[in-house]
Amino acid sequence: MVCKSWRAKLDTYLDGELPEEEMRSFDAHVRGCPACSADALARVQMKRAIQVAGKRFTPSAEFRRKMERTISSKPRRKLGLGWILATAALVILGVGALTSIYVRNRTGSDRAFSEIADLHVQMLASASPVDVVSSDRHTVKPWFQGRIPFAFDLPELQNSEFSLVGGRMTYLDQTPGAHLIYDVRKHHISVFIFQQQALQARLGDISLSSKKLPFNTETWSQGGLRYFVVGDASPADIDRLAKLFKAGAS
Amino acid sequence: MPLFDQLYNFAHWLTQNREEAEDLVQETYVKALKGFSSFQLGTNFRAWMYRILRNTFLTSRTGLRATSTVPLDSDEDGPELAVENETPETTLLKRSDSELVQGAINDLPVLYREILLLCEVEEMSYQEIAETLSIPIGTVMSRLSRARKTLRDGLRLQLHKG
Repeated sequence: MVCKSWRAKLDTYLDGELPEEEMRSFDAHVRGCPACSADALARVQMKRAIQVAGKRFTPSAEFRRKMERTISSKPRRKLGLGWILATAALVILGVGALTSIYVRNRTGSDRAFSEIADLHVQMLASASPVDVVSSDRHTVKPWFQGRIPFAFDLPELQNSEFSLVGGRMTYLDQTPGAHLIYDVRKHHISVFIFQQQALQARLGDISLSSKKLPFNTETWSQGGLRYFVVGDASPADIDRLAKLFKAGAS
Repeated sequence: MPLFDQLYNFAHWLTQNREEAEDLVQETYVKALKGFSSFQLGTNFRAWMYRILRNTFLTSRTGLRATSTVPLDSDEDGPELAVENETPETTLLKRSDSELVQGAINDLPVLYREILLLCEVEEMSYQEIAETLSIPIGTVMSRLSRARKTLRDGLRLQLHKG
């Protein structure tokens, strides 16, 4: 192949998008051809320059705070976009008094539930949602031993619609805990378990949040542990899974 | 917030205006939260978020204005051919003139600007870019090639002016 043909694919090669075999042939050619290697070098310099120049804009701290407030505090399902944007506009226009009252009244429960919802979304968005992949509770439960400072029981799921996907380590306000993922009819449900005492010390008393959240949730304390069940499955499904856990832990 | 900084950077490049970029990012997150149930687990979350942002931009006043004068893709055309070994832009790049490169990116038509940023800054694969822009991979390759050529031509022009 003459250099002209190689060079027609040079950008694709540098983007790492050629088939594996062709990549290897290209490697060999570029190493042995001064003209193509010089061209490749020029293009790599250009790629790097674009990469550096392209990372140009960063959000202001004020905008970041505003977005964090919007995301963590807005009712997301029941209210329309217009309402949400209107509320955000009010915040922008400086309804500072309302904001400060809101901040003062923000309870540990609200904060805990916002973070729990974020942890659930983070899991859904992750390329590797679980650290231990298994539908067998006798595999998942021992995996947490030595990783978190407490033990817990997982319910028997036979004859139920739920299936265990796996688990991962998690932290809520710097408190380590277990994050279990269950499936029910293509919905993913997260179950979070923390030490009640550790969580209470950081966040105060936790009860069901007064805030509306984008997911259905349930929480309770049992045997020194605090449980959260969260997901976009129906409230009945969330309740059924919570009951299985309650029965399993009693 | 996942992808917040990256989405903001991309939004600012598209809108070329801080306030509009903030509005665009905010609307993107609101739409993503409202439509989260439509997100398919196992599909690409990043591409999904960028697609929401881009579609929101394209239907905004600024987006409609920006895309009303874009050059048409001619996807049947083959990739561009070689650049010279010692070109004005490589001389320029050796001087690490980031501002000039930023200016040249800014001057690109929006369809070229976005694809170049997704590839070089976000380091998306062709497949991810195809998902984000809702175009075939062949179109990704040809549009990217044209974007690079247009950028190089722009830089060359800048350098000659300078």
